[in-house]
Amino acid sequence: MRHTISILVENKFGVLTRVAGMFSGRGFNIDTLNVGPTLDSSASRMTIVVRGDDKVLEQVIKQLEKLVDVIDVQDFRDEEYVDRELVLLRVNATSKNRAEVMQICDIFRAKIIDVQPSKLAIEITGTEGKISKFLTLMETFGVSDLTRTGKIALSRTS
Amino acid sequence: MKTKRSTKPAAKSAPERGNVMNGAEILVACLEREGVEVIFAYPGGASMPMHQALTKTRKIRTILPRHEQGGVFAAEGYARTTGKAGVCMATSGPGATNFVTGIADAYMDSIPLVVITGQVPQAMIGRGAFQETDVFGVTLPMVKHSYLVWDIAEIPRIVKEAFYIAQSGRPGPVLIDLPKNIQIASAKPIFPKTVSLRGYNPDVKADDSALQEVIGLMEKARRPMIYCGGGVISGSASAELLEFAERAQIPVATTLMGIGCFPETHDLSLKWLGMHGTVYANNAVNEADLLLAIGVRFDDRVTGKVEQFCEHGTIVHIDIDNSEINKNKLVSLPILSDLKYALGHMNKTLEKSGRKRLSKGFTRYPGWYAQIAKWKTASPLTYKDTSDVIQPQHVIRELYDLTKGDAIITTGVGQHQMWAGQFYDFVKPRTFLTSAGLGTMGFGYPAAMGAKVARPDKEVIDIDGDGSFLMNVQELATAHIEGIAAKAIILNNQHLGMVVQWEDRFHGGNRGHTFLGDPKDLKRIYPDYVQICKGFGVPCERVRHKKDLRAAIQRLLDSKEAYILDVMTPYTEHVLPMIPAGKTYKDIITE
Repeated sequence: MRHTISILVENKFGVLTRVAGMFSGRGFNIDTLNVGPTLDSSASRMTIVVRGDDKVLEQVIKQLEKLVDVIDVQDFRDEEYVDRELVLLRVNATSKNRAEVMQICDIFRAKIIDVQPSKLAIEITGTEGKISKFLTLMETFGVSDLTRTGKIALSRTS
Repeated sequence: MKTKRSTKPAAKSAPERGNVMNGAEILVACLEREGVEVIFAYPGGASMPMHQALTKTRKIRTILPRHEQGGVFAAEGYARTTGKAGVCMATSGPGATNFVTGIADAYMDSIPLVVITGQVPQAMIGRGAFQETDVFGVTLPMVKHSYLVWDIAEIPRIVKEAFYIAQSGRPGPVLIDLPKNIQIASAKPIFPKTVSLRGYNPDVKADDSALQEVIGLMEKARRPMIYCGGGVISGSASAELLEFAERAQIPVATTLMGIGCFPETHDLSLKWLGMHGTVYANNAVNEADLLLAIGVRFDDRVTGKVEQFCEHGTIVHIDIDNSEINKNKLVSLPILSDLKYALGHMNKTLEKSGRKRLSKGFTRYPGWYAQIAKWKTASPLTYKDTSDVIQPQHVIRELYDLTKGDAIITTGVGQHQMWAGQFYDFVKPRTFLTSAGLGTMGFGYPAAMGAKVARPDKEVIDIDGDGSFLMNVQELATAHIEGIAAKAIILNNQHLGMVVQWEDRFHGGNRGHTFLGDPKDLKRIYPDYVQICKGFGVPCERVRHKKDLRAAIQRLLDSKEAYILDVMTPYTEHVLPMIPAGKTYKDIITE
């Protein structure tokens, strides 16, 4: 099972290593990890997608809370949050099939951000389901490059 | 979901402003303000300025160990004896990496340490400078917290936080890495009076309702047991535990780390449980219908096969560390709390409900006491004594007898460690200092030095093995030069006894590099500890015959300086009982 955890951390030396090291040292698997600034310049937010059953999740949260530099841990469950991921990818698109690619991009509200003679660079944001479907479709044309931010999430209630 | 509350800053009190001094002097001034009495420090290029500053303080005694590992174990010995943070210092690179084992040891056993390391100048960090190691990175998985000082103005806050974090909640080691250029830079320090850490709140107290529920469970139980550990000692809750057991009339088994948290001479004591614990403690804990697990972590050496540990009992787990709850064992009633508070609160409730405090003549669970008494009679801790050959267990009984149980005992790791736990009866917390979690050989003698420095009024004796003792033998120099009267009894069987025991039990007796003597001359005792000690200026005598033992131990006890006994024991002796790793109490080996 996959869980999305949002962690508010002190913006201090070594905090990323501390969090990442906790995962590796205890044998937990990180699917995606995203770090960025928050409104409060002394804190950063990490969004981590972790794989494991409820027991693993409970330990992950408790071990995170134990870290002195961790201010708050939120475990997002089901409908309590909205999440998005940003993906940049390069797709093979010649004059023959470029129109088809662009059509699919339109349907998914993806943006073409660069055009080369035989390639298109595309930006897409969305939920996991939308992105995964879009990528499946793009694979039929051939994806030559891909970079993803990992999931970020926001709770529905404050 | 808010899961963490921030620490509220205590009543505002104005920070103290200091005069201009260099970073090293600021650090020492901070240590003075934390009440540090002693630091175990080995100098080097990147820590020299701090040693210069240490020569100018009158409040802190600096002890020069002969190896950084000896220094960190001595700091642990001090911390385990007093409950206050032990402090040690080393230079960058090899000095710092020599600390790593001790830091890991303190982390596993929840011992408060403040470990200070010199670092290469900031401008040199990351450039492969002479004696540069990323000690912050190396120690990350084994510290409670750590700091790399990046600005001289941060030193006072960091030191204050380091001591607070090391000593509060579940204690542990905190590292401060201090680059050399900051040590020699100058500044006017501002010493804070309070700590404010929004991500750290060690102050946890159980809900009344949860504690009430425990008492409810106790009312219904027929075979209740207390299984308690090091948390009771680090939480200074031994007195509360004793009162609780006496009011509730529930028998007590401790872990190895918990030895001394409950008097082993008490009628309710079953000594300790686990791989080499007593048969009766293991039976009672596993067959209990209510298990009160207090300040413990369900370590594999305690539980054996954890799924089957106390399989049919209701387990209550009270601990200050939330991450220990449901980590190794899923429990019925988890309670997150400071133990002194939780036990104290339950004692009041018991008192109000008319449960009188007794010190003997317990009657509440007669069937259970009878069963335990039967187990005690059937399988006491015992050994086969011999007339001339000295059995290791006999040495410990003699020492117990001659010290009347009133000594601080440290150990190395192995058979002697288990025998020390089995055959010395401990009645007070902080009197059995042992590397339990990490199992670090070489811990015993330097830890004894640290303990002796902390408690010069007490007899401190390292019960050691020949393998373990040799690992930090250089600390004899520290003891001699510093006048630290730490004693040691080496149970010398010329082998790595515990590994030999496993070879005998599980590998058909095939010896895999477990003989420590001289294979070219089997009759010779090697190494010769009497000669080694002579070189260090420490008196030492070898004891080979049982008739000579008692007088020799008396001479060791009478000595006003460090004193070593090298007692020859047979390597064929096994530590019993024994529950093989991963097995259950039913698989216990008793012969």
